Amino acid sequence: MTFIKFTFQPKNELEKGGRQAVPIAPDENEPSESCPNCHRQVPLSQLWANHHCCANCGHHFRLNARQRLHFFADPGSFQEMDHDLQTEDPLSFPGYRQKLTLTENVAGEKEAVICGKATVEGEACCLFIMEPFFMMGSMGTAVGEKITRLFEYAKDQRLPVVGFTVSGGARMQEGILSLMQMAKISGAVKRHSDAGLFYLPVLTDPTTGGVTASFAMEGDIILAEPKATVAFAGARVIEQTTRKKLPQGFQTAEFLLEHGFIDDVVPRSEQRQVIGRLLRFHGKEETK
Amino acid sequence: MTEKAFDHVKTARSNHRPTGKDYIEHIFTEFYELHGDRRAKDDPAIVGGIALLDAMPVTVIAIEKGHGAKDRMYRNFGAPGPEGYRKALRLMKQAEKFKRPVVCFLDTSGAYCGVEAEERGQGQAIAENLMEMMALKTPVISILVGEGGSGGALALGVADRVWMLENAIYSVISPEGCASILWKDASRAADAAECLKLTAKDAQRMKVIESVVSEKEIGKVDFYDGLREKIAAELAELATLSVDVLTENRYKRFRRIGTGSGNSGQNEKSNDQSKDQ
Repeated sequence: MTFIKFTFQPKNELEKGGRQAVPIAPDENEPSESCPNCHRQVPLSQLWANHHCCANCGHHFRLNARQRLHFFADPGSFQEMDHDLQTEDPLSFPGYRQKLTLTENVAGEKEAVICGKATVEGEACCLFIMEPFFMMGSMGTAVGEKITRLFEYAKDQRLPVVGFTVSGGARMQEGILSLMQMAKISGAVKRHSDAGLFYLPVLTDPTTGGVTASFAMEGDIILAEPKATVAFAGARVIEQTTRKKLPQGFQTAEFLLEHGFIDDVVPRSEQRQVIGRLLRFHGKEETK
Repeated sequence: MTEKAFDHVKTARSNHRPTGKDYIEHIFTEFYELHGDRRAKDDPAIVGGIALLDAMPVTVIAIEKGHGAKDRMYRNFGAPGPEGYRKALRLMKQAEKFKRPVVCFLDTSGAYCGVEAEERGQGQAIAENLMEMMALKTPVISILVGEGGSGGALALGVADRVWMLENAIYSVISPEGCASILWKDASRAADAAECLKLTAKDAQRMKVIESVVSEKEIGKVDFYDGLREKIAAELAELATLSVDVLTENRYKRFRRIGTGSGNSGQNEKSNDQSKDQ
């Protein structure tokens, strides 16, 4: 007995299962962000550990495209495409160039979407993620071109497309050319779809206007983040036009689910697994 | 100079202009109106049906603003809801089945923004039209006869040929909306109209439309006769194309808009995620 006891006794810290993690006392000086929903201060380390969701009320903080990529795609799998594609200010719209320079510095991106190839839970896909901090993810000619190219590439390579939408709609400063991007992207989505390929948009807060009226609503399966605003016309505009009080929870992801326009509301912490599974359901095709 | 674009806006919005139904009545014969989207209801803001162009049956769809206070109310001032767009798509699919060409007349300040419209999926209805029209296996001509208000107009504007009347406008946002966003002052709409480049000439220069239709004698017999001849000639030309060429050309027509010079070609770049945190 003593022998058995001896052999099973851990000889060092490692065999004991390593040292117990000492809980770190909350750092008084750690930077924190205020939750827009419950107004509590959430320390940044907690935010990161929790997919940028409030630990208290579950509010989904707005994410920039690279942060989302970090949570969503398999580490190191993302190969970016058309990173340097930028708009040309086709209308010479007053103040637009200055605004672009400014926003480029703030967002650290050259346009309001990042596109590329990645794997999610080991499943290969084409991926686009819109950037809310670049002119509110608005869609101009460059965004239209990047997403169109992504769908064309996906069609050629026979890959599914996953896209995270967040947008104020078509970009006013590029006028009618922005509007035409809705038709252009829809055409590319249609061709991708007709080739028997899978497209899954995830609607995040806020998805509105011309993006809602085009590729956000054209998926085979459409998911959304909890409480995300998804709308065609803005709530304020509707209130002004109709002079009616809007119903509770109007134009939220849950509202769209109830009315049958999306398939499910998926919290950020589960998106990887859910989307990985859906990609698996749609089969791995032999790439050429 | 500042006045110019906004003059077009005012003319395009004028109550005295012919509306969708006027065009149908004067250009086609034996128009028979068809109703309903087969899902929820019939939207009076969109009028659609079958008519003869000379002797050829065509499917005609028009956004109708209405004449006179009562009719305009009934037509919801030409602001279609999702039912209207779904009716239009139903008629287009029907045209495809029976190999009829489609002619659309667009005139709307925008798709209706109201609680019911949102509940029934205004965005989804427009999105579906964009997708399906792009692959429709029959020729489509869309003519902007008044206001071309953003997604609400584009939902019937994915066509092989898009024309605009001289004073028609085509814009992503109303000049008033643009001015209130830019300068927090809706009264500067005239300046905004200039910036937005929303006139027919601008659209033609940017290759968003194929041609500008003269408004000489608008509303008179000669005007409608001229337009009828133009449509007939164009349809005859489109009829010579095979379905594959037709849809391929339509895709390319929109594909090239706004490409810019940028960085052409696929520019693949490996990007390590970890450095982007």
